[in-house]
Amino acid sequence: MAIAHAPHAKARVAPWNDPVIRGWFFQIVVVGAVALLAWYLVSNTLANLERQKIATGFDYLSREAGFEIGDTLIPYSPASTYARALLVGVLNTLRVAVLGILLATILGTLIGVGRLSPNWLLSRLCEWYVELFRNVPLLLWLFLIYKVISDAFPGPRQAISLLWSSVFLSNRGLYFPVPVAHDVHRWMGVGLLVGIAAAWGIHRWAKARQAATGQPFPSIIAGAAAIVGVPILVWLLGGAPLDFSVPALKGFNFEGGTVIQPEFTALLVGLVVYTSAFVAEIVRSGILALHKGQSEAAYSLGLTRGQAMRLVLLPQALRVIVPPMTSQYLNITKNSSLAIAIGYPDLVASVNVTINQTGQAVENVLIIMAAYLSVSLSISLFMNWYNRQIALKER
Amino acid sequence: MAVRNLDAAPTVIELDQVNKWYGQFHVLTDIDLQVKQSEKIVICGPSGSGKSTLIRCINRLEEHQAGTIAVSVDGRRIELTSDVKNVEAIRKEVGMVFQSFNLFPHLTILDNLTLAPIWVKKMPKKEAEDIAMGLLRRVRIPEQAQKYPGQLSGGQQQRVAIARALCMRPQIMLFDEPTSALDPEMVKEVLDVMIELAGEGMTMLVVTHEMGFARSVADRVIFMDRGEIVEQGPPTEFFANPRNERTRTFLSQILHH
Amino acid sequence: MSQATEAGPATARPARLPPTTDDGFVGWLRKNLFSSIGNSITTIVVVAFLVWLITWFVDWALLHATFRAETGKDCAKSSGACWALIGEKFRYIFFGSFPYEQHWRPLFAIITMIAMLLLSSDRRMWNWRLAVIWPVGSFITFLLMFGQIHIPVTLIFLVALIAGLGGFLLRRDVADQGERVAYMALMAIGAVYLVLRILGVLPGLAIPIAPFSYVETGLWGGLAVTMILATYGLAFAFPYGILLALGRRSNLPLIRGLCVGFIELIRGVPLISLLIMASLMLPLFLPSGMNFDKFLRAQVAVILFAGAYIAEIVRGGLQSLPKGQFEAADAMGLNYVQKTVFIVLPQALRVVIPPLINTFIGFFKDTSLVLIIGIFDFLSTSNQALVDPLWTGYPGEVYLFAAAVYFFFCFSMSRYSKYLERELNKGTQR
Repeated sequence: MAIAHAPHAKARVAPWNDPVIRGWFFQIVVVGAVALLAWYLVSNTLANLERQKIATGFDYLSREAGFEIGDTLIPYSPASTYARALLVGVLNTLRVAVLGILLATILGTLIGVGRLSPNWLLSRLCEWYVELFRNVPLLLWLFLIYKVISDAFPGPRQAISLLWSSVFLSNRGLYFPVPVAHDVHRWMGVGLLVGIAAAWGIHRWAKARQAATGQPFPSIIAGAAAIVGVPILVWLLGGAPLDFSVPALKGFNFEGGTVIQPEFTALLVGLVVYTSAFVAEIVRSGILALHKGQSEAAYSLGLTRGQAMRLVLLPQALRVIVPPMTSQYLNITKNSSLAIAIGYPDLVASVNVTINQTGQAVENVLIIMAAYLSVSLSISLFMNWYNRQIALKER
Repeated sequence: MAVRNLDAAPTVIELDQVNKWYGQFHVLTDIDLQVKQSEKIVICGPSGSGKSTLIRCINRLEEHQAGTIAVSVDGRRIELTSDVKNVEAIRKEVGMVFQSFNLFPHLTILDNLTLAPIWVKKMPKKEAEDIAMGLLRRVRIPEQAQKYPGQLSGGQQQRVAIARALCMRPQIMLFDEPTSALDPEMVKEVLDVMIELAGEGMTMLVVTHEMGFARSVADRVIFMDRGEIVEQGPPTEFFANPRNERTRTFLSQILHH
Repeated sequence: MSQATEAGPATARPARLPPTTDDGFVGWLRKNLFSSIGNSITTIVVVAFLVWLITWFVDWALLHATFRAETGKDCAKSSGACWALIGEKFRYIFFGSFPYEQHWRPLFAIITMIAMLLLSSDRRMWNWRLAVIWPVGSFITFLLMFGQIHIPVTLIFLVALIAGLGGFLLRRDVADQGERVAYMALMAIGAVYLVLRILGVLPGLAIPIAPFSYVETGLWGGLAVTMILATYGLAFAFPYGILLALGRRSNLPLIRGLCVGFIELIRGVPLISLLIMASLMLPLFLPSGMNFDKFLRAQVAVILFAGAYIAEIVRGGLQSLPKGQFEAADAMGLNYVQKTVFIVLPQALRVVIPPLINTFIGFFKDTSLVLIIGIFDFLSTSNQALVDPLWTGYPGEVYLFAAAVYFFFCFSMSRYSKYLERELNKGTQR
């Protein structure tokens, strides 16, 4: 610093009147008390585990699990390890959470926009949808949907067959044909990635061209074409294999094809209808929060309705919508743990069986918490990043 | 303005080489200032010049990082250090009025006034209420005592804020742009109260752009720019022939628009 | 339209009406249902859907329903709903395994809790009256539920000590001589008793209040359990959520870190994992021999969970306060506790009451999760009612009935929260 000022003798402060010392004293007392409590609980726990002869540590993870899981994304058998059983659970949780987030956002946005419809009947209908679904526990919806599915649909032998006996609907789930695995599918995946990259490139190029020449380019259509077109092209080049594995009734159940199980369906439908009611409210208040002057200003500048929506209104509405939406996404992820009540094998269900078999509650509860915390933290980190991207720059 | 002999009066506020930074930004540079008892000082300057920060340092709403600030209370000189007792002692004797009033919206006007006397000065409730009603009469709104701040106009709210500060029987009053948030027709009612207060011999430091007020009430006008005291003097001199170029520019902007 | 109030030449002319009228039933229909072609199509589709839905529902729930039946088999004769099942099971659904002839006790406990909540929702009660309503209401509730309560004498003296200490600390500056002596006497009596009790000089006495037969928590069930878990979850979580929020806003780094860590940990994991933890790990946490009631474990989990969520809501209220309020309080010389109690919390809490009620609605629904650890709340007893082999096959009826009860509670609370939000907004503009 350029200023050279005479140092003044620092007046002496009695330590009990110094806010900094007071602050630290208070903090040390509180932290000490918390640490003492933690030590007390941990020592009790250790003593109890010792007394009840319960093993500690994570060694059990590499042992054979020995229990069946009905719905798996990766190969699993009772001979697999506990670690793999837990991984199956994590993947099942993620599957239902990701799909749930996607569908709840779409449905919720539709309902939310519907509530603002000029049509009186439609807006009332959407309002009652919201009130009905959010004022009753999710768990009750899950039970109801699950029971309706398993009671309303016939057994496999009387299954409802659709589309020339290729799709079957029964209380065992929805069976439908899938293509038989073929090398081309892997290349189609690569093609999809290439298509996405191309779409991004087109978007960047179109933006640059518009900035330079003022000429807009239909980058959305071109990008979509790239994303869909490249994999199809790869498939055609690979000889267009058309072998399907079609489900057929063998004994008491179907074989072949693939299945969406009723537990999964009930959980997904329950999560989606319940959460969409909350999403609808968020979307509605986001749109309502927009000042009317903003749309008027946009129209008076000569922007079309679509442009005004895309360039002026939506970016502002998103700013209001994103934070509460984040917590709804977190809620879906956490609520997917209700799976245990209707028998969908998610993480909590896997852990619950593991606790019952090994008796190691502490380690398993830690695993659940760590798994959900990391999912929750990743979602909130991503949403915070996104929020910063769209945040208003203020002084 | 009647010429008073301030030289004989004791010094109540002393700032010696006060410096303050916000991060890297130097808000106050080597501020030296002495305020005599019942002196009225008007501080003016462009926005961002550090004038609000200066008076907020005096009751430690802001912490200065170098130099000394001392306030004399009943002849006892108290230096502002991190000692909480000193800060408490000074805040008891220094009242402050804010630009945005900062009345407590959940309390009635009367409760706003009596809160600090009761809890900080340990005054019996009855006595505090009597003082408060007296002050409300002085600022000419006794009939509003049972209302809430939101029910009052801006001018009335600011007068309540002045009464609230006075209710602690302070020896020094700080005003941080008290009329800037008011509609033009309400400025006068607040200034009238402040002029009356000045007439009673209160020591006042006022940050304001009301040059009329400065002319009629101030003993000394201080011009600040970029964190420094650029120029100071009695209002007659200050307005008639400002010596510094920056002062002249500022005055021409503020007086001729 | 209102009459033109300004006098002028315009009033001399006869009033001219707009070309089409906006009012009247037809005008309303035109404006709200048939304003454009798209709008008209929407209306027709929605009406068709509603007609289909309502006819199906009326047919199922009324026209072809069975209201009286001996067993489920009688219901099968008709294609509609089997409401006879509800008639048969509603006592179990509402009261669980509580001794049958004592069902009036949980009934009155529920009524007491509803009365407590209703009284608390009246803004005129938001003062010392709440401090009377809640202890009295809670005492009646638990006396009815347990039937017998043994109040340890130690507890009474502990309350005396805390009341004396709290009164002394808070009102030291304003209390007159007599009041201060009273606080000190309370403190002294409490402290002396506790010291003697701890030293073992005095025996551990309890005052038994036993007007009814004892019913252990394992037999509790139904609506009373749901209401107790939600109400007391919130009541206990409230003060500690406020402390967490204040801690999170504090400028002491260790305190802040501790509070942030706790809040984020709890909010990051599902309630189920906390319930599982409470049911499996709480017994491990305590010294051997000390046993914790299962119901209490669930209640502890709900309180821990609720506190973290309440803390975040209160933090929102704290953040909504303008900085000037803190500065004005500082400039007046109020200390931290005075500033918090007189200026910050009254304003911050007022802002957060509507979201707090929404959180309470959330807890009311979320307590249904306790069925996973084997506690018989309202949803759980509904579920159990389906197990009866004489009445299998009618889950929809029971779930709809349970849904209607939940809906009644949650919907009325959400309406109250909306009303309060409007009232409070009005309040700041007074």
